[in-house]
Amino acid sequence: MEILVCIKQVPGTSKIEVDPITGVLKRDGVDSKMNPYDLYAIETALRIKEQKGATIKVISMGPPQAKDVIREAFMMGADEGALVSDRKFAGADVLATSYTISQGVRKLGHFDLILCGKQTTDGDTAQVGPEMAEYLDMPHIANVLKIIELKDKSVIIEMDMENTVEVAEIQYPCLLTVEKDIYQPRLPSYRKKVSTKDREIKMITLNDFEDKDEKKYGLTGSPTQVERIFPPSVNNDRETWTGTGTQLSSKITEKLTQLKFI
Amino acid sequence: MSKLICHQDKVTEANIKELLETCKFDAIENNNGVIEINAGCKMCKICVKKGPKGVMEFIEEEVVQIDKGLWKGIGVYVDHVEGVIHPVTMELIGKAKELAAVVNFPVYCVFIGHNITHKAQELLHYGVDEVFVYDDEELKHFRIEPYTAAFEDFVNKMKPSSLLVGATTIGRSLAPRVAARFRTGLTADCTVLQMKENTDLVQIRPAFGGNIMAQIVCPNTRPQMSTVRYKVMDAAEKNCDPSGKITVCEIDKAKLTSKIEVLKVTKKEIEENISDAEVIIAVGRALKSEKDMAMIQELADLLDAQIAGTRPLVEAGWINAKKQIGLSGRTVKPKLIITLGISGAVQFAAGMGSSERIFAINKDPHASIFNVAHYGIVGDIYEIVPQIIEDIKNSRAEVCAAR
Repeated sequence: MEILVCIKQVPGTSKIEVDPITGVLKRDGVDSKMNPYDLYAIETALRIKEQKGATIKVISMGPPQAKDVIREAFMMGADEGALVSDRKFAGADVLATSYTISQGVRKLGHFDLILCGKQTTDGDTAQVGPEMAEYLDMPHIANVLKIIELKDKSVIIEMDMENTVEVAEIQYPCLLTVEKDIYQPRLPSYRKKVSTKDREIKMITLNDFEDKDEKKYGLTGSPTQVERIFPPSVNNDRETWTGTGTQLSSKITEKLTQLKFI
Repeated sequence: MSKLICHQDKVTEANIKELLETCKFDAIENNNGVIEINAGCKMCKICVKKGPKGVMEFIEEEVVQIDKGLWKGIGVYVDHVEGVIHPVTMELIGKAKELAAVVNFPVYCVFIGHNITHKAQELLHYGVDEVFVYDDEELKHFRIEPYTAAFEDFVNKMKPSSLLVGATTIGRSLAPRVAARFRTGLTADCTVLQMKENTDLVQIRPAFGGNIMAQIVCPNTRPQMSTVRYKVMDAAEKNCDPSGKITVCEIDKAKLTSKIEVLKVTKKEIEENISDAEVIIAVGRALKSEKDMAMIQELADLLDAQIAGTRPLVEAGWINAKKQIGLSGRTVKPKLIITLGISGAVQFAAGMGSSERIFAINKDPHASIFNVAHYGIVGDIYEIVPQIIEDIKNSRAEVCAAR
């Protein structure tokens, strides 16, 4: 079985602030890490491999430094890794990113199962997985809670649907985004770190793609534009209300209604 | 292709450090005096705006402008499970009507499922112009390929300028698929939406864990798509008389095939956990007897809240130890917490101080809970709480029932 796991390097902290006067991002340190939700996707792939036998490849998109997260995946047990990287991809939004990775996936080979984390901690959109599935022309299921049974041509999973849990069977090839806690991710192994330190990470650039139309990538290929960024308004109001019981209660009801709790 | 270029001649010993530091993503590199941009660039253009003057320049490529006049109307995806419409839908209709009014657009609903046609009637009470219904047994369960096909059919038929989808489990899976199919922009979890005169939708969403707000537009593709979480927008008001019409759409069966089969659906057992609660009613020592918990329970039910409390109540056995807030209990961060008769000891405040909205009711105007509360209400819970319960019940009485 051929499994691909999509991973991303994200900032080590979400404590990023905007300077309210200059509108510039304030950044403490430059540390980065693997998107924590991706660890669950890698673990899922490893469990499937242990049970059924599989080759696990990982793919990431980002600057050359993003190789670090691919190395980390090697330390957990992934077999091969590729990084999709080109300055022509700069400024990609969800759509351009999904299309870029899907082109990278096509270059990398055929996969029965593609696994993604449920979302990233920086973009937080949970949209790249489903959009990639569209460009790879395969079905997808999001919010997978459990892998119940691996069959030869399909997999039975359990998915989270807000008020219900559904059991569904999905045919390969398909893409699944897995929930946090589907399996407890293992820690990277030092032994694997040593044994994989020279393993090659394949670099994929625009020139390697089937579709080399520059207009579909990076800022130009991105339908959305960020007009501005600004700090959120902080709710620091402190009010004290006094009065009779009836006055106070109607004031509370009014406020709760305004805040949409009623 | 739009790009950033560096005017090397303007790079000096004096400004090179400033230039490199301007980029928050380490995407500007100094290769022996030659400035290069690497794949880490996010095209935020901060280097152009805030970097040393004239060094970096952004060259925008002329792109063919689409005819926005061909795309009219605002579409709302009707989120539902087996025909039970999720209330986020009414909120999206409310927002869609407001946006549509700016540019004089109609508001559409797209309702996809099985045995739902009769349920579309309900939507006509919220002031939509037309409900497009796709009703087929292949659409009984949410499966991505047939749902995307039906949604695609609606978009091709009506050419809506904007589409609003609830950021529910279904919406978060369906909207990206549709966006990718139309190669258009999709902004997740918008908290503010505004319509420009030229029909561009201004979308504001939190990024980086809510530490930054980003204002996003989708100026040259249609439809423009947004997802919005539940309880962010104001619901449309329910009118007693229905208006608008229902159109049942036919779709080629061949488009409704799926490689997914839903085998079993089970209702989720929800285990209450105050750490995950969105609304909490917390009670303290001002509660005189255990039987008064009934009053608290009634308020909690009306607000869809969980009950929590302080240590003395746990010790008295009136609430379960799992429901204790504070240093020796749980830490909570709900959207709303109402504390009733809690003085607000440091140990308690530490467990709830970062809640989004804090209402505190206490008789003692000097109680320290008022230092952390956004709304400090000086009064007796026995006077105020029963009155709130009555107010809420009255406000919920069915307006159309009298007719």
